[in-house]
Amino acid sequence: MISAVCFACALMVILPLALVLLRLVRMGASSIDWAFLTQLQKPEGEPGGGMANAIVGSLILMGLAALIGVPVGVLGGIYLSEYASNRLKWSVRFAADILNGTPSIVWGIVVYALVVVPMKGASAYAGGLALGLIMIPLVIRTTEEMLALVPNSYREAALALGVSKWKTIVFIVLKTAGKGIITGVLLACSRVAGETAPLLFTTSGNQFWSRRLSDPIASLPRQIYTFAIGPYDDQHRQAWAGALILILLVLSINIGVRIITREGSAKPVK
Amino acid sequence: MAMMVLALVVILGLELCRGAGLSLRVFGWRFLGLSHWNPVNNDFGPLPCIVGTFVSSLLGLAIALPLSLATAVYLTELAPGWARRPVITLIEMLASVPSVILGLWGMYVLLPWLAAGPYPVLKRCLGFLPFFQGPVGGGYCVLSAAIMIAIMIVPIITSISREVFRSIPDTQREAAFALGATRWEATRLAVVKSSTRGIFGAAMLGLGRALGETMAVTMVIGNTHGFSASLLAPGSTLASTIASEFDEAVGSLYPSVLYEMGLVLLLVTIVTNILARLLLGAVRGRQHA
Repeated sequence: MISAVCFACALMVILPLALVLLRLVRMGASSIDWAFLTQLQKPEGEPGGGMANAIVGSLILMGLAALIGVPVGVLGGIYLSEYASNRLKWSVRFAADILNGTPSIVWGIVVYALVVVPMKGASAYAGGLALGLIMIPLVIRTTEEMLALVPNSYREAALALGVSKWKTIVFIVLKTAGKGIITGVLLACSRVAGETAPLLFTTSGNQFWSRRLSDPIASLPRQIYTFAIGPYDDQHRQAWAGALILILLVLSINIGVRIITREGSAKPVK
Repeated sequence: MAMMVLALVVILGLELCRGAGLSLRVFGWRFLGLSHWNPVNNDFGPLPCIVGTFVSSLLGLAIALPLSLATAVYLTELAPGWARRPVITLIEMLASVPSVILGLWGMYVLLPWLAAGPYPVLKRCLGFLPFFQGPVGGGYCVLSAAIMIAIMIVPIITSISREVFRSIPDTQREAAFALGATRWEATRLAVVKSSTRGIFGAAMLGLGRALGETMAVTMVIGNTHGFSASLLAPGSTLASTIASEFDEAVGSLYPSVLYEMGLVLLLVTIVTNILARLLLGAVRGRQHA
């Protein structure tokens, strides 16, 4: 009896996922065609056109975010796990947790004040920075956790052979934990790929191709939002199509990562 | 590089304070008690947004918590081995669905359904309560926002409480069984009772997420300013107000007010997150020991 109730609850939890995916596939698949993938958006209210610039824009923003988030996150994580004193560790972890819990919309307005106002305009830089800042705490925490899994005897063995500390870290510790760190980085990428709130004010969207990174840039999540709350049926249709592409992007990273880690766990690392 | 994290926290706080400076000077902290919102006359009262934030988040939590706990119990105690992995994977997939996509689905699938079926029924049965009065309209209301929030925070609460349940040693369960407890009694007494603290922690962490949830909420809550006791009336939250009005905030006072609301939101989420860490700290310690 109780297990039936609990089972029903588990089903209810999964139900929205199933409904969302089904609807996305049904509404989105019929709308994705060559034009959608290769054309720019048509003027307001005119049917047709596509989200090519938003798809490319999303990839560019993810790249910029990774450029900021990965080095800072991974190096920060290495420092935390290999060098930092306990007190410092505690405070940085605490800070990372605070950053992790910060609503992404707050990042949006902070980056607006930091970058958009001085640069006098929204840009891909600002959007990438906002996403990158969101990535940093995610990457730091996974890097640190992965490095903590590397047995100390590895480090000691290397140091005992007279290998310098940084070489130990680069060639022994990082090599052992590499897969886990890459997994964490990819998951962080997929997380920021769907972030909308920080892009609202920092990239300000673009109906055309962005020639420079200092231009406003279109992105999938933002385009989906704009089209979803817009008045035109054809825009709603394209919002569904864009959502399908976005979720394919996010889920393929997630599932890909799962496959990588499964292969990794088949080979005993320790 | 690690120092950058500390620096970022400082920058985050400083920039928000700087942005909010003007509004802090003009209104001071009594600003939080004001409730009229008319940007044209420089009337700003965020109280309805603050109330809306808490009402929608707590309601969302109230929906999500029992579901998540039951799911976590199912996954750790009851489910057959083969069923666990797929269910966990699916819940993790739900966590990775971007909020804007859930919002899109909410706007075009969930709301029309809710407004056609469940909401009128709710009104008919419970309409005598002030919470369920007023027109249903398109379904854009606080209750819909709470449902969206519930969907978004179920995965995190489930996974944290699963961790909490798993940290209970098997000997506890065996002891309960040895005393003649049924499976359910063993689960209730040995597992759920002794993880109260961790459950609160998981709930707080979920609440932290709920408070800052922006896109899905903005898309279904209706974004109006003003008080209404009814959960079926549109409302707004701090995050949804920033998201929907920051672009059109002209002058210098209006954006500054929104920055101050961002500051309030940040402080509230920091407090809930710290509480969650404190509550979960003991559990994490036990697990690693």
